Amino acid sequence: MAARQRPLSPHLQVYKPQITSFLSIVHRATGVVNAIGGLLIAAWLVCVASDAQCYVWCQQILASWFGKLALFAFSASLVYHLLNGIRHLLWDIGWGMEIETVVKTGYLVIALAIGLTGLLWFVALSGGVQ
Amino acid sequence: MTDMRDPLATARGLGSAKDGVNHWWMQRVTAIALLVLAPWFIYFAVSLIGADQDSVKAAIAKPLNATLLVSFIIAMCWHARLGLQVVVEDYIHGWQEITLQLLIKFIYAIAAIAAIIAIGRIVFSA
Repeated sequence: MAARQRPLSPHLQVYKPQITSFLSIVHRATGVVNAIGGLLIAAWLVCVASDAQCYVWCQQILASWFGKLALFAFSASLVYHLLNGIRHLLWDIGWGMEIETVVKTGYLVIALAIGLTGLLWFVALSGGVQ
Repeated sequence: MTDMRDPLATARGLGSAKDGVNHWWMQRVTAIALLVLAPWFIYFAVSLIGADQDSVKAAIAKPLNATLLVSFIIAMCWHARLGLQVVVEDYIHGWQEITLQLLIKFIYAIAAIAAIIAIGRIVFSA
C-alpha cells in the first residue's frame, strides 16, 4: 500500500535566517559543546587527583595550540549558553516575550558573549599563563 | 468541549510519561544553580592558570572551593544529561535513540561520580 501524501511542514531552508531561530539553534549547539566540555572537566579533575605524570600530560595538551583552541571554543560556548540561558529563564517567568524585546535581547546576548569571552581571555592570557 | 480525560489524571498532572513536569523543572533548577556555579568555576579555573599540581590540589582542598566544585559537577552533569536527552529525542529514533539515551545517562552518572571521588581524594589527602 502506497503511503498517503500527507502535508509536510515547511522545510527549514525556505525560511529567511532570523536572529530568533539562529540564537535558538546556537543555544542547543553550545549546550552540546558544554556537555562535552563538562566530561573533560571531570577527566581533568581525575587527572589532578592522580599521579604527577597524568597532570603533566594534561597540562601539555591544554597548553598546545589545539588545547588552547578547544578551551577558547569551550569558554565562548559556555559564556553564550549562560547568557542566553538567562534569556530563557526570563521567558519562563513571562518576561520579554514581545518580538522586539526578543530581537533586542538577542543582539545584547551576542554583544555580551563576545565582550565577556574577550575579557576572560584578556585576563587569562595577561594574568597567569607563566 | 468535553474533556475525555479522567479527572484523577488531571489532578495527578503526571501525563503519559508519568513524570509530569519533572524534566522541565529540574532543567530550570539546575540552570539557576549553574548561573552562580558556572561563573565561579570559570573564575576558579582562570585563577589556576599556570599552577603546579600541588597548588591546584591545595586550592581544590579548601572547604569552600571543594563544596562549590562538587555542587558545580552535580548541577552540570545533571543539566547536561537533561539537555542531551532532549536533543537525542528530537533527532534520533528507533533503537539508536534508546541506546544513546542509556549511554548518556550512564556517561554523566559516571563522570559525576568520578569527579566527586577525585575531589574527595584531593580533599581528604591534603
